[in-house]
Amino acid sequence: MKRRHFVAGLAALGAMPAAAQRFQPAQDITPLLRELTAGATAQPGGIEIELPRIAENGNSVPMRIAVPSPMSAGDHVAAIYIIAERNPRPRVATFHFGPASGKAEVTTRVRLAGTQTVTVLAELSGKRFRIATTEVLVTAAACLDESL
Amino acid sequence: MMLGRLLVPPTVRKGEAFEIKVLVQHPMETGFRRDMNGQSIPLNVVNRVVCRIGGREVFSAELGSGVAANPYLAFFATADAPGEVEVEWTDDRGDRGRVSAAFGLA
Repeated sequence: MKRRHFVAGLAALGAMPAAAQRFQPAQDITPLLRELTAGATAQPGGIEIELPRIAENGNSVPMRIAVPSPMSAGDHVAAIYIIAERNPRPRVATFHFGPASGKAEVTTRVRLAGTQTVTVLAELSGKRFRIATTEVLVTAAACLDESL
Repeated sequence: MMLGRLLVPPTVRKGEAFEIKVLVQHPMETGFRRDMNGQSIPLNVVNRVVCRIGGREVFSAELGSGVAANPYLAFFATADAPGEVEVEWTDDRGDRGRVSAAFGLA
């Protein structure tokens, strides 16, 4: 192998991961929020989010969400939406509750494509909304490695 | 038929919220990965999970590719009588799974 071919090969190797990473900039989630709330304004706060501040592996990040509510027929949490603005598909998950749920609380494990702000939108009975965000630093992002 | 595990307390208190834990065995394919031949692996995720107690829906979820492989869900429910917790799910290919567990009243 000639030296120049070797050098060119090395350069190509160096360029590969960058191309494979397909850097995802944060998307503007305002239109999505407007669609979910049907134009209503979401009140900030009133949502408890438990998400590590630093996630080593974006492929599986434990997340707990709790919305304090009496969970009665007239006043309960109807739905919780998880939105990750830097994921290729920001709609991570939607959970539906009813008075029979007893508590509006859910724990799951999410994938996060990089350091970002995770938004949680809660829909209360009577089409009222609450919103909360949390920052998470992701050391090894999900969705980047295509080879596995 | 897909594998899943369900954890429900053996006895619950009437009208008091108790925790239900579900673990589904599923790769949650994002559609962004490629196989050994460079072919893209199609999107296939568990898109819907429904939990019923005595036939009545108490919790449901719509999941996307942003949920980690082998989706785990823990949530709450209440019951007024002993019965059975039933969790059903479907993936994008139309495969279904179901787990159930009985509980009594304390």
